[in-house]
Parts: sequence; C-alpha cells; structure tokens
Amino acid sequence: MIKFFGKSVFKGIAIGPVVVLKNEEQKVKRRKVEQPEAEVARVAQGVKTAQEQLQALYEKAIVEVGEASAAIFEVHQMMLEDEDYLDAIYNMIRAEQVNAEYAVAVTGDNFSEMFAGMDDDYMKARAADIKDISNRLMQCVSGNNESNLNFQEPSIIVADDLSPSETVQMDKKKILAFVTVRGSANSHTSILARMMNIPALIGVPLDLDKVQSGMRAVVDGIQGEVIFEPNEFVCEETERKIKKEQEKRQLLHELNGKENVTLSGRKVNVYANIGGIGDIGYVLENDAGGIGLFRSEFLYLGRDDFPTEEEQFQAYRQVLQTMGEKKVIIRTLDIGADKQVDYFNLGKEDNPAMGYRAIRICLKQPDIFKTQLRALLRASIYGNLSIMYPMITSVQEVEKIYAIVGEVKEELGKEQITFREPEQGIMIETPAAVMISDKLAQMVDFFSVGTNDLTQYTLAIDRQNEKLDEFYNPHHEAILAMIQIITDNAHKYGKWAGICGELGGDLELTETFVKMGIDELSVSPSMILPLRKRIREIS
Amino acid sequence: MQKFDYIIKDEVGIHARPAGLLVKEAKKYESEVRIAKGDKSAAATKLMAVMGLGVKCGDTVTVEVEGTDETAACEAIKTFFESNL
Repeated sequence: MIKFFGKSVFKGIAIGPVVVLKNEEQKVKRRKVEQPEAEVARVAQGVKTAQEQLQALYEKAIVEVGEASAAIFEVHQMMLEDEDYLDAIYNMIRAEQVNAEYAVAVTGDNFSEMFAGMDDDYMKARAADIKDISNRLMQCVSGNNESNLNFQEPSIIVADDLSPSETVQMDKKKILAFVTVRGSANSHTSILARMMNIPALIGVPLDLDKVQSGMRAVVDGIQGEVIFEPNEFVCEETERKIKKEQEKRQLLHELNGKENVTLSGRKVNVYANIGGIGDIGYVLENDAGGIGLFRSEFLYLGRDDFPTEEEQFQAYRQVLQTMGEKKVIIRTLDIGADKQVDYFNLGKEDNPAMGYRAIRICLKQPDIFKTQLRALLRASIYGNLSIMYPMITSVQEVEKIYAIVGEVKEELGKEQITFREPEQGIMIETPAAVMISDKLAQMVDFFSVGTNDLTQYTLAIDRQNEKLDEFYNPHHEAILAMIQIITDNAHKYGKWAGICGELGGDLELTETFVKMGIDELSVSPSMILPLRKRIREIS
Repeated sequence: MQKFDYIIKDEVGIHARPAGLLVKEAKKYESEVRIAKGDKSAAATKLMAVMGLGVKCGDTVTVEVEGTDETAACEAIKTFFESNL
C-alpha cells in the first residue's frame, strides 16, 4: 500500500484499476512533397474533421458541465478558423514543399510560443490551447485517431495534468476518478471534474514512473487521499461506502430532468440553498432550477479582514457564469447572531439574535455594504442575478437600501462600468415584515420567507435553548397563517413569494405550501429531488 | 472612416471568448475593422492577432472601421465592446 495526499476537487470515492496517461511528444518527420496542393487539401480536410470533433465535444460538454465551462471548445473552434494560423500552415507547405503534418506542428509551435512569451498570465495559458488544437489538427490530418484515451474498463486516470479536451473526450462512464500531479483548483480540468461529479485529486506528489497502468487504487475525495495497491480491508471498506452512495444517487436520478409540477399542472420553482462556491457541483448534480439562497457570509467567515471588492466579484461571477441563465439569488451579508466574525468588532451582546446583525450592520456601516453591492452589480452581467436583503423590519429600511444601491449605481455609471438591473427582494423573517408585507410588496420584486428566524421570533423561542424543545412546534399554525399572508400580499402586486428556510424542505408541508400559492421553494441541494417527487404526487 | 476609443473594463482584458465573438461580429460586415493598442494593430477578423495584442483591463484601444457599411459596422462593434468588454 502506498498512500498519497492531494487537494480534492470533488468529494467522491472510487476504487478500480489505474490508467497512467503520459504525454509523449509526437515526433513529426519533415518530408519533401511533390504536390504541395495535395497537402494543402489534406490540411483543409483535417480542419473540417477537427471542427466537427470540437463541435461534438462542445455539445457533449454543454450537457455534462454547463455552458460556461463548455465555452473553451467554442474558443478552440474559433482558433482553428483563424486566418493567420491557417495561412501560415498553407504558406509553409507551398513555400517549403513540406508535408502537412510537419507544417501544422511547426506552425502550432510558433503560435504557441508567441503566446507563451506574452507578459500576461492569462495569455500565457493560451499557449496550451494552441498546442491542444494543433495536436488535434495533426491527428486529423494524419488520420491517426488512435488515442490512449480509449480504455476498456472503468479506470482511475493518473496523469501529470489533463487538458480540457482530454477531460471531456474521455467516456465518462469509464472514468472512476482523476489523479493529477499538477493542476489548480480553478483549472479547466478541476472545474470539469467537479461538474461531471467525478472524484478528483490534484497536486498529488507522486512519481508517474513508479505507478503503472493496471495497478489497483482507491481514491477517497473526502479524505483527499489516493492509495495504490490497497489491502483487503481498505478495499472492502471502500466498496461499502461506494454502494451506499450509489443507492442514494440512483433513487434521485430517476427524477432528474423532470418538472416540479403537481398532477393538476401547477408548477413550483425548486431552487437550491448554498453556502459557498464548492456547493455548485451539488446544485447541478441535483438538477436545481436555480439558486434561491446564496449565503454570501462564506466570503467573510474564516479570515482576518474584510474580503475585497475584487475577491467578492470573482466569487459572484463564477457562480453566475456557472449557472448561466438560471436565477441566482445572492443574499447580502448576514453576519451577527450565531455567526460571529472577529474583525467586524461587533462586541458581546446579551441577545445577539435580536442584536446588531445582517442589514442593520450594512445600514450603519454602509462602506461594508457598498463594497458588496459594487461587487454584485459588476458581476450581474455574467448571469441572472437577484439580490436579497435579510432581516427587514420596516419600509424605511428598504428605502435606505435603495438609496445606497442608487449611489453605487451612480458611481459605477461614472466609471463606465456596465451592469444589469438585478431583481431585488427581501427575506421575510420578522413578524414586523409579515404585518407590513402589503406595503413591502409594492417596493420589492419578491419575498423569500426565512422560516427559521420567523419561527424563533414569532414563538419567542430561542432555538439554541434545549429546554424549550417541547414548546417548539415548527408547524405552528401562526407560522402557516403568516406564510399565507405573505404569499397573498406578494401576489396582490404581481410579485412572487418563496420559502428558503428549513420549512421549505419539510415534505409534510409541501402540499400546504403549494395550495397556499407559494411560487418557489429553496432547499439544500440534497432535498431538491425528494421535493420534486413530493410535488409530483400532489393532486 | 469611422473610429472610436474604448477603455477595457473586463478584468482579464480581451480574452479568448470575447475575442472570438468579436471576430464573428466583425466578419458580418464588408468593412475592414482594425483594433489598435499603442503602436500595434490587428484586423478584427483575425482571432489570434487580436489576442496577440494582449489587451488588458484598463487599456485603451482604438477601433477603426472603413468600408461601404462602416456606419452600421462601427455602431455594432461599439455596442459589442460596451456589452462584452
């Protein structure tokens, strides 16, 4: 048994035979040709074949990993249409009377060196794309489509690094896991692995000459470890874990792609609640219609100072791009109460649940709020963004929020930074907000009920206090009556109402909510398909 | 000839995908579209040349359009820059 640790980009478990992929530089021979035009024609034909392959890869990637990640193949197609690149190949064949393969190889090297020499990390990385398309073109021209990516049985792929096209090209059914020596968490391959739900470890310090295809291995993405030649005990343990995972998945995937619609035809949006970028794989895996609650706190927690506008922008952009046209509702900072962060210097409070938290911090310290709003608006052009404000108790708070949003928009306008107008909504989690929901509905685009806090405030029960458990009734008729009021008031003004608290995923209440007219339920990713199943049973 | 200046706002500059879309847009018109940054310039119909300009966030580029449909082409390219870059 040899064990290595790496960074896990998708937390899954796999066991099986290893296939080691080594990138052997293709040696291309220079040949003198009598009929250069015939070689030119071979290249033209090769380009056509390569374009078809890339189109197929693009379509495969859209289905498997989403449009944003698939775009790389669209870019490859565009590169392969580039006049300068193709002219350079054709000119070389004609001027030097050389074979097509050689001209493609040399031109590919030249162009890739041009990018490698640029003083910009992004452009430097494009050198790999040019190598990738040139290799593809060369294979198409020589008709040599034998690739070591075709292996017979499902395997664990071990490589130095993998290009995006290598990753997508492999038959997904035959990949058990990826283990790479290099690679970053944000590389295309990591993103693809995450989207494809394949256990993957990167940055694993192993020597590729010491492992061979055919060895057995266990990849545990939860522990972040790979074990080559595992003993019997480890194998059995792993098999058991995998079986459990599979059973769970099988049940759920029968419902994948189906609508959230009742027998009588009423549709309900079922979205996901997430607390970080790492959850997006689960959102897609469970076929969420969108993100109904993106807790932005994760950006603020576990660090020593405020996240910069740029850091926030990058995080929001990534989520929006990954989700494409699907709605992404990002809730602004909800720090305070049970979520304490040292650098906010909030001080100790006797009653933090009713204390200085969430929108109250944002309105009293508008600099913090503005940084987040700027990052959100800048990211808005990358997808379908909605912004949601927490802990609202009054009309005046919403007016103040809009005034600050207005200032931020004006600043961005002056800096000529474009943004899309996001939908703006509020959390309904205080009894006050319920009572004035008639007025609030006229000001916002949507309501989302935070049932955890709403229940705590309505029943006057501290949820952290175990002694009160017997008094705590999450199905209390007061809460249900409130949800009805909220929904009716939203609908009166043509707005939509949803639930993003725990109650939203309570299958005993799904029918009640649907009958009340609730438009959206946002739940943890693992609850999406069970909820869909329940909705589809309602008459 | 029509021309305009534009300051790039996208944080990675004219990266691969928008460059590709720009090429597509430019190819729709008869007119010749050129993009210049400093003393380097490239035809907007050539992807690698456009990427090769290495245009970064905050850089100013000058776009020149010349040809029979230059007014429409210039307008379209300008809109493209504003919404994508």
